[in-house]
Amino acid sequence: MNSEQKDNKASLTHNASDLWKVFAKGIWKENPVAYQVLGICSALAVTVQMKTAIVMGIALSVVTGASNLIISLLRKKIPPTIRIIVELTVIASLVIVTDQILKAFLFDISKQLSVFVGLIITNCIVLGRAESFALANPPVPSLLDGLGNGAGYALILMIVAFVREILGSGKIFGFSVVPQWLFDAGYSNMGLMVLAPGAFFVIGFLVWIKNSISSVSHEEKVGH
Amino acid sequence: MADLITLFINSVFIGNILLSYFLGMCSFIAVSNNIETSIGLGFAVIFVLTVTTPANWFLYYYFLAPGALSWAGLPDLDLSFLKFISFIAVIAAIVQALEMIIDRYSPALYSALGVFLPLIAVNCAILGTALFMVERQYTLMESIVFGAGSGTGWMVAIVAMATIKKKMRYADVPDGLQGFGITMIVGGLMAMAFMMFSGITL
Repeated sequence: MNSEQKDNKASLTHNASDLWKVFAKGIWKENPVAYQVLGICSALAVTVQMKTAIVMGIALSVVTGASNLIISLLRKKIPPTIRIIVELTVIASLVIVTDQILKAFLFDISKQLSVFVGLIITNCIVLGRAESFALANPPVPSLLDGLGNGAGYALILMIVAFVREILGSGKIFGFSVVPQWLFDAGYSNMGLMVLAPGAFFVIGFLVWIKNSISSVSHEEKVGH
Repeated sequence: MADLITLFINSVFIGNILLSYFLGMCSFIAVSNNIETSIGLGFAVIFVLTVTTPANWFLYYYFLAPGALSWAGLPDLDLSFLKFISFIAVIAAIVQALEMIIDRYSPALYSALGVFLPLIAVNCAILGTALFMVERQYTLMESIVFGAGSGTGWMVAIVAMATIKKKMRYADVPDGLQGFGITMIVGGLMAMAFMMFSGITL
């Protein structure tokens, strides 16, 4: 952890390609869901449909980005002994704002997301990034790190939701995409995907695929 | 009384907080490598949920709900949007207080549960149960039973997972699937098994 923080600090000058690296790291190489195993709760719960998944992904990215920015700005003022409380207060306030905005403009989706918007507070990604990155880095990289990790989370959510929605109800974003003749020929929707176990299986296989790809590219690098 | 028993059974098995609502996954994955630790954490979660759910019930229905402040002469006030921040504060405060009380009066219990208590404050099962309690409009008695039931369900799931993982040491898992991947697959199979309870009505 410490050496990682030092590496981050050393490499973080304000130059564009480094900042891009900070952002991109969260999307693929250190994806919060698949690599750091954080924030699984909601990744499983809101992925029955793509619509809810994309809203949840955006909401979490905004909260993570903003909380990283605020905590990084405050990092020299926060006494280390009460830092968790301060972080939780910042995050909870941001989540309240997000929840109110969703209720005002996307009421149906906010009803479907039910308690899971509130549970962004205890989502390990937000607190994890604040603890391990924002407390040790300047505001701009912290903001990008938060947004990058949020985007990585959103990406996983979208993939899981895509698989679950297309297999479970034959739709994408609520539009039917599986043609009628396929149903006539005896195809039927896979009810399991709509239910809880489907989410576990999709994430499990996704991690399998990602690990296989990563280990292949790693071996290639070593080989050359 | 029969209602409360049904609610308890429901929250342990059919609406299992972990396997059908996915709450508390992080510690479920991180701590389920060891049976004893998962039993310890399970008891800690039951304990904290049984205390914090009714505490949050009082907070919500006497301070935050629309019109709840009428006893203070403010019948038009609706503070329900503050529920996230006040619930998490109540949970963190109660967990901290419990840690100190247990440390003072029962060192044996403290050495068993102590390390887990701070972890629990950010366990989403605790906050999630409080939010479900509001969303489903439970009464005080129901919220106590629901808290205890959710905790028990969480413990059943994590202990079962720790046991399965112990057995799995002898299994030949494909490389990329080891660790997190296979935990998810096993979780899926467990969720399927728990769904069979949904046919039972009491």
